[in-house]
Amino acid sequence: MDLDFDEATLAFRDEVRAFLAERVPLPALPSMDSAEGFAAHREWEHTLAEARLSAVSWPRELGGRDASLLQWVVFEEEYFAAGAPLRVSQNGLFLLAPTLFAHGTPEQLARIMPPMARADEIWAQAWSEPEAGSDLAGIKSRAVRTEGGWLLSGQKTWSTRATYADRGFGLFRSDPEPERLGKRHGGLTYFMFDLRADGVTVRGIPQLDGGPGFAEIFLDEVFVPDEDVLGEVGSGWKVAMSTASNERGLSLRSPGRFLAAARRLVELYGKRADAALGERVVDAWIGARAYELHTWATVTRLNEGGELGAESSIGKLFWSQLDVALHETALDLQGAQGEVVDDWTDGYLFSLAGPIYAGTNEIQRNVVAERLLGLPR
Amino acid sequence: MRFSESREQLEFAASLGDLLAKADTPATVRAWAAGDYGRGRALWGRLADQGVLALGLPERYGGYGATPVDLVLAFEQLGRAAVPGPLVESIAVLPRLLAGTSAAPRLEKVGTGQLMATVAMPPRVPYALDGAAADELYVVAGTAVSRAAAAAPVASVDPARRLTAVTAGESLGRVDPNDAFDLGALCTAAQVLGAGQALLERSSEYALQRSQFGKPIGSFQAVKHLLADVMVALDLARPLLFGAALAIGTPTQARDVSAAKVACSDAAYLASRNGLQVHGAIGYTQEYDLSLWLTKVRALYSAWGTQAEHRARVLHALVGT
Repeated sequence: MDLDFDEATLAFRDEVRAFLAERVPLPALPSMDSAEGFAAHREWEHTLAEARLSAVSWPRELGGRDASLLQWVVFEEEYFAAGAPLRVSQNGLFLLAPTLFAHGTPEQLARIMPPMARADEIWAQAWSEPEAGSDLAGIKSRAVRTEGGWLLSGQKTWSTRATYADRGFGLFRSDPEPERLGKRHGGLTYFMFDLRADGVTVRGIPQLDGGPGFAEIFLDEVFVPDEDVLGEVGSGWKVAMSTASNERGLSLRSPGRFLAAARRLVELYGKRADAALGERVVDAWIGARAYELHTWATVTRLNEGGELGAESSIGKLFWSQLDVALHETALDLQGAQGEVVDDWTDGYLFSLAGPIYAGTNEIQRNVVAERLLGLPR
Repeated sequence: MRFSESREQLEFAASLGDLLAKADTPATVRAWAAGDYGRGRALWGRLADQGVLALGLPERYGGYGATPVDLVLAFEQLGRAAVPGPLVESIAVLPRLLAGTSAAPRLEKVGTGQLMATVAMPPRVPYALDGAAADELYVVAGTAVSRAAAAAPVASVDPARRLTAVTAGESLGRVDPNDAFDLGALCTAAQVLGAGQALLERSSEYALQRSQFGKPIGSFQAVKHLLADVMVALDLARPLLFGAALAIGTPTQARDVSAAKVACSDAAYLASRNGLQVHGAIGYTQEYDLSLWLTKVRALYSAWGTQAEHRARVLHALVGT
């Protein structure tokens, strides 16, 4: 058992660190939930892509550099430690891409991945509907067969990045029969579609922090060619669940974010020591360290052929609660100044979404209890 | 980077777990709590046969070069089975404490199970555990280590931890007690985490067996969520334990041991509270075995450094105050 990095990983870390020290934009980019900020973040993704750092773990021919899982986590740690911009491409990189690798055709990979790596195409998720949130299998949006493809109709909501993104991905009901028979997971198909196509209307929804971080998408007979079906027609639930596991687990939340925030929290405590809050600062730091070490154990397991599976729910429960506690502690440390808008209040508002998205924490607790502890459904 | 047990380590932990599962430790714990040490000493003999009691020893006294990771793996199993006796003291602390003193040759017999030894390190460890059961007692005051005599029994919230107030006897010289203390805290963290795992296993089983309103109580979300929270806490505490084991002998030893002790104690304590809640009234009885782990966890929670002391050590390491 060890925690030592090999030579190649150390060299990779040095390269990433040097690149970020030189290139991370200052002052920070405007919020990506504005037209100007979105464009600036897309520009930053171009900069990353030129250095082949936008999708390090992807194959070289698709825009990556074949980095190991370990190196990917190292990249993330460096990225957050450097205070680099949020990833405007994250829905595509961390949710769609793993699904494409698992279920996509070679043609789809060659066509879709390179522009995703360069952020020439930025993707939005389109999971939830007004009547289908935690109960995702209850979606009503439908796909109807037409010549050469499908016509999508219905309404999606809480679609992250959809306000300014180029394309979307989500589930549609391609066969209503299984639902009529009570088999709700059947008859769903995974589609990728153009957010600027005829029949698509996107309406941004201001979030708690004021920006239109998510949106409603209205689809009215939107044509999608057969080549943009991901996986088998009718097997969309299975295909989507492989993405859900990624969203909860490693991909979306590397330990880098929490380690960097915990370090900043310790610095803040150094400046504004409040003896009553010392233990909470310690617990936040311990939590970030625990999540980092837990991730190294997961990386080891995956490297040796293990799977992420339901264990990803444990990580999601932990980091989402840690993120809130960490930012609450920072606001409390600032006393009466705690309500004044700064990076900490931004981070705090962002953290509040964690226990809700990617499967609410109540759903995650059900997963842990049923699939890991063996309790009955 | 390979942050996982080796195959040999996994096999060692599994075989120790098997031995303890077959040993009917609850009966041993109850006898021990009543002051009848025969079954417990016999179990210690079997642990010696497996090499467990020599895990902390240098090779010249019968050790075989085990690492802190090996120690942690063993203590996780010992805690899971609620094995009674001064395990942390005999296996982890005294080998460090006595190594440079005239009492060092005694360690060999500790490793073979012929001698059971215990130690107090006031103020952080105010009493010697199981002084009445042990053959030899030691005490550390500041940097002075001495043989000790049992002065008076002190009752613990865990009846199977029979504490003993001690008086110092023959001086054995001066030592740096910090490494010994850290190893004691690390192994206590492993022990309490193992106890927490046992509580989760027992509570999950009970939630499957016990029916109310016509179905297993484990099918109710209120029960599921109590147990899921325990699993998350235990699962995230465990890597800190192994991180701390790897940090022994490095500059971050004190910080990492304390972080592990804080997280393992909190996680196991949550396991005890939620586990009792899932069991309901049956869990609150003395005759039901759950009680053996419930009280053990509460006692280990503040053994080898309180949560406040360990958090203060982490804070000091982080910000220097």
